[in-house]
Amino acid sequence: MTTAVMTEKLVYKRPQALLDVETHYCPGCTHGIAHRLIAEVLDELGIRERTIGVAPVGCAVFAYEYFNVDGTEAAHGRAPAMATGIKRVLPDRIVFTYQGDGDLAAIGTAEIVHVAVRGENITTIFINNAIYGMTGGQMAPTTLPGQVTTSSPGGRSVSLAGYPVRMSELLANTPGAAYIVRRSLHNVKEINRAKKAIKLAFRAQMEGLGFSMVELLSVCPTGWKMTPPEAMQWLEEHMIPHYPLGDYKVSDEVRALAKRR
Amino acid sequence: MARELLKGNVALAEAAIRAGVEAYFGYPITPQTELLEHMSKRMPELGRAFLQAESEVAAINMVYGAACTGARVMTSSSSPGISLMQEGLSYIAGSEVPVVVVDVMRGGPGLGNIQPSQADYFQVTRSAGHGNYHPIVLGPASVQEAIDLVTLAFDLADKYRHIVSVVADGLIGQMMEPAELPPMQPVRQERPDWALTGAKGRPPNTIASLVLQAEPLENFNKHLQAKMQRIKENEQRQLEMWTEDARLIVVGYGTAGRVAQSAVKRARDEGMKVGMFRPITLWPFPEKRLSPLADQANAFLVVEMNAGQMVDDVRLVVEGRAPVEFYGRMGGVVPVPEEIYDVIRDLYDKLPASGG
Ligand SMILES: Cc1ncc(C[n+]2csc(CCOP(=O)(O)OP(=O)(O)O)c2C)c(N)n1
Ligand code: SF4
Repeated sequence: MTTAVMTEKLVYKRPQALLDVETHYCPGCTHGIAHRLIAEVLDELGIRERTIGVAPVGCAVFAYEYFNVDGTEAAHGRAPAMATGIKRVLPDRIVFTYQGDGDLAAIGTAEIVHVAVRGENITTIFINNAIYGMTGGQMAPTTLPGQVTTSSPGGRSVSLAGYPVRMSELLANTPGAAYIVRRSLHNVKEINRAKKAIKLAFRAQMEGLGFSMVELLSVCPTGWKMTPPEAMQWLEEHMIPHYPLGDYKVSDEVRALAKRR
Repeated sequence: MARELLKGNVALAEAAIRAGVEAYFGYPITPQTELLEHMSKRMPELGRAFLQAESEVAAINMVYGAACTGARVMTSSSSPGISLMQEGLSYIAGSEVPVVVVDVMRGGPGLGNIQPSQADYFQVTRSAGHGNYHPIVLGPASVQEAIDLVTLAFDLADKYRHIVSVVADGLIGQMMEPAELPPMQPVRQERPDWALTGAKGRPPNTIASLVLQAEPLENFNKHLQAKMQRIKENEQRQLEMWTEDARLIVVGYGTAGRVAQSAVKRARDEGMKVGMFRPITLWPFPEKRLSPLADQANAFLVVEMNAGQMVDDVRLVVEGRAPVEFYGRMGGVVPVPEEIYDVIRDLYDKLPASGG
C-alpha cells in the first residue's frame, strides 16, 4: 500500500484561478463546472494576474467571490457594457463576462449585440439553462416551447410568449464577432470540448482578434424540478435539438490561431 | 491662459479633459450633444478612451466599469438620458467608485422639449437611483463656473469616492461667453489600491454593490451616511450678494439664479433691501449659510425653472421662521429679469414695516 502512495500522480487539483471557498450553487448545477473550466484555462494561459471578470445578476451573481481574479458585479444585463468600460481603459488586461440567459438574452440583449457589433475585444461565457434560476424558475427567453416554468405554468406558448432566442446564431451575423460557438456541459466528452472552446475564446482575446463568446448549454435541476441525472438527460434530449452544438462564427484569424499549437 | 469665447457644452467637455478625464462614454441628446462631439474629437487625439454607447443605459455602465479601474471617467446627457441612467448610478453609489456626470437639463416630463429647464432637481439631488444616498450636485450659472465646477467635480469624486453631478440647464450648455480654461493636468498614472487592474502579486480586488445580509447592508448604509455627513460639513458652497442687511432674500441657482440676480440688482439700485443667495452645491444644500439668514430676513423668494423643487429645501432650512414664496417658469421658458423684479417689488411692498 505504501508503495502505491509513493507513485501516486496528482491528476486533479483546484486551479489557482479558483478560490478555495464553498459556492452557493445547487447540487448538480453546471455553473460550478463552467467556473472550473474557465479557471483551468486562465491557469493554463498564465493570465490569471491580468484578468478582470464581470459577474452578472443571476445565480452567478457571486462569481466574483469564487474566481481568484479581480472582479466586479454588473447590473442585470449590463456586464458587456461594464466590461467595455474596463477594457477601453485597460486594453492589455483580459476581460470576461459570465452571464445567464435572462441576463444576456432578455434584459441585456442590446448590450451583448453591441459588444459583438463593435468587435469589443472581450470574452463572454454564456450559460444557457433555459430558465431564470435565481428568481425561482420563471420563463427565460431561451425556455423551450411547451416547457413548464413558474411563469409559464401551462408550458411556454409561442403564440403568447414568442419563440426561444438562439443567441449564438444571432451574434454570429455581426462582423465584429471573431469566435461564437455553442457547447454543452452534459457529459465528459462535451465538457472537454467546451474547455477547448473557452481556451480558444480567451486566446482570441489575447491576440486582439475581437469579440468571442462560448455558449454553454447547462442544467438547472432546481428550476427544472428534476434530479441531476434527469436534468442531464433532458438537456441532451430537448435542448440540443433546439440549440445545435457547433461553431457559428470562427473568423479566419481565429481559425489560424486554432491551428497554431 | 487667456480668456476665450467658449460655448458652454464645449467648455464642460474641455474642462473635463484638462482635469485629466481618462475615459468618456455618452449618447447623443440635445441640448448637450456638442459635449459628446467635442469629446469624440479630443479624446482620441490625446490617446484617451471615447465611445459613443448604444444607449444611456450602456453609457453609465461603461462608466461604471471604467471607474472600477480607478480612472477618472465621465458621462454626460440631458434629462431623459439621465432618467435612463438611474439604475447604473445606484450601483455606482453602492460600489463607491468615483464618477462625474454632466446633466444639461431640458424641459419635461417625457420627451418634453429641448429648451432650458431645471426640472431634474428632484431626480439629481434626491438620490439619482434607488437606495439611501445623494450624489454631490453642483449647479453652475455661467460658462466660467461650468469650467470651474467640472474641475472641482473630479476632485470631489476622487476625494469621497462618490458620484458628482454637474447640472447645467440648456442655456448654460448652449450659450457662448468669454471664459478661461485651466491648464492641462496629465492623466493620472498611479491607480488607487482598491482598483481592478488584475491581481498581480496581491489578493484579488472585488467591487460590487451586493450585500446579501441585512445587518452588513445596514452597516454599509451607515458608512455611506457618515460619508455624506462629512460631505455636508465640508462641501457646502453658495454665492451671496447684498444679504447682510436684506429683508427679502431671493434664492435661485443656475440660469434662474443668474436672471434673478439682475432683478435683485435693480431692486437694490432702487433702494430695496433685497439680497441674492445662489446655491452652488445643490446637494449638500448650503444650509449652514442660509439658516442664519432666516432669522434676519422677513421673507424669501425662490426662483426656479420648474414647478418648485428646490423651494422644498429652502423651506426645510427656513423651518417656518419666515415665509418662503415661489416663482417659477416651466417647460423650457426662461424667466426674464423684469418679471422677477415685479414679483420682488410686490413681495417687498407687503413686508412688515422695517425696524420691527
Ligand atoms: C433590473 C433587474 N430586474 C430584475 C432582477 C431580478 N432578477 C435577478 S436574477 C434574474 C434572472 C436571472 O436569470 P438568468 O440570467 O437566466 O441566470 P440564472 O439565474 O439562470 O443563472 C432576475 C430576473 C434584477 N436583479 N434586476
Ligand atoms: S437555481 Fe438552477 S442555475 Fe441556480 S444554482 Fe440552482 S441549479 Fe444552478
